[in-house]
Amino acid sequence: MTMGMDEMSPAAGHSFARLSARRLLLLGGIALIVAGMMFGDIFAVFVLHQNAARVGAGLSAAAHAALAGDSSLVAANFTNVGSFLENRGTKVDTHVHMIEFGYLALLLSITMPWVAFSEKTRRAMAWTFLVGAALLPVCVFFIHYVGLAHSPLKAIGWASIFADAGGVCVLVATCAYLVGLYTYFRSRPQAAPTDELFKARSATGRLLLAGGLVLILLGFAHGAYYAASDLYRHEALDYSLLSNMVTASASHNSAALDTALARYGELQGDKAVKIAAHAHIIEFGLLAMILSFFQPYVGLSDAWKRRWAWLLLAGSVILPVCVLFELRFGLYAGALADFGGALVIAALIAMWVGISRHADRLDSALEASS
Amino acid sequence: MTRARRILLLGGVALAIVGMCHGAWYALFAEHQALDRIGGSLTLAFQHAADQDIAAASVALAAYSEGKYIHERQVDAHGHWIGLAMLLIVLGIVFDRASFSEKWKLPLAVGLLIGAAAFPLSVLLQTFSHGSIPRALSVGSSALMIATLAVTALGFAYNRSSS
Repeated sequence: MTMGMDEMSPAAGHSFARLSARRLLLLGGIALIVAGMMFGDIFAVFVLHQNAARVGAGLSAAAHAALAGDSSLVAANFTNVGSFLENRGTKVDTHVHMIEFGYLALLLSITMPWVAFSEKTRRAMAWTFLVGAALLPVCVFFIHYVGLAHSPLKAIGWASIFADAGGVCVLVATCAYLVGLYTYFRSRPQAAPTDELFKARSATGRLLLAGGLVLILLGFAHGAYYAASDLYRHEALDYSLLSNMVTASASHNSAALDTALARYGELQGDKAVKIAAHAHIIEFGLLAMILSFFQPYVGLSDAWKRRWAWLLLAGSVILPVCVLFELRFGLYAGALADFGGALVIAALIAMWVGISRHADRLDSALEASS
Repeated sequence: MTRARRILLLGGVALAIVGMCHGAWYALFAEHQALDRIGGSLTLAFQHAADQDIAAASVALAAYSEGKYIHERQVDAHGHWIGLAMLLIVLGIVFDRASFSEKWKLPLAVGLLIGAAAFPLSVLLQTFSHGSIPRALSVGSSALMIATLAVTALGFAYNRSSS
């Protein structure tokens, strides 16, 4: 049975009150995940492939400069390659950190009844967490553009310094919550949590929990297979292909150089899609499991909750599977993967809207009763 | 609150903090320098190739390869620690739904925690040694993680079918 607002106890309403730590972390966490996923989708469509092509072209130009014996042109081309790689790396980091912080915010939101602090302290920590969780990815995004301008340090620019400050905020808040959890468990070792979210076992919640667990197990199995069959082979091949390029350049063998460059590009593609599939299926599985706890807070009908849950799970399968097939089917698979990502984002936004509706109703009910 | 759930919840949050501390340390004190070394070594390798000095190019390429090997494992350890920590927290919240007695839940929770802590650690140990011990530890800890998670999933499934 789905637990509606009317079935929830006043204590549950109080724990999800306006500007409570739980509500801040829940809505802030989902907002971070949605923003991170939308950024990832935009990045995949407009930057990722173009950037990979530029990196490949830069490496090819550097290798051909070596073939021509032009040492300074080699350095110039590798400076460009470094810049393209930094551009790609910081955008991937922005995407990953925003989503991971969102997940952590949701998890901390669930555990809030076990954090033995006053609501004021919990709220202060929630704000600290959210400020840090927003600051780090935004500043990581700017690392490529700000560089070392006006930096007091030799290797780290201002954007990195602010990103690290954001990371410290998240770390401090998480440490504080750990202390709160520890204090609670030490003082009430056998106390059962009274929170309604822990008791709720709706059909949609069970679907998301089971689906998420299956996705994570599939991701683990795929990761183990990748580590056993491809990881070390890829690393050895990476080195040997670069070695072939260097030897071919030094011996002015243009055909061998081009062959090595082409195989190197294929290797990078193979590595990228396998790692991306592994990471995404596990991340989506974890998201489904986390969202299963919050279904009592989604102010939508049971039928619509179920539809959004199925949509989220469908997208969670489509994206990683299609990413795996990107090398074989090219842009068609890539477009389908992006479609899968869009399904997950749509389901997540729908749940966010549902939770906001539930929060509004709860606020009205609390105001009417006070 | 059972001991198994406490182990998963406290262990999960603690592991997330370990992962964050490791990430912060790496970003502050090692990553920029490592990326500079990786890029510099690769550039040097091709510059030596331009000068037709294959021996020096091979040395630079080996430095590039080693730097990249270490960087990838540092990033992997950071990501896996935090990812697995979040999974432990999720499992800690729902662990009472697994249809096992407390006698079995405790070793299962300990197994999950050991797997989640040891796998990223073994990845990190590979940066110190290319030998078989860290790799064997990686295989063992990942197998432990997969097995305990599969058993937990079975516990959830059995609970649902029996209810």
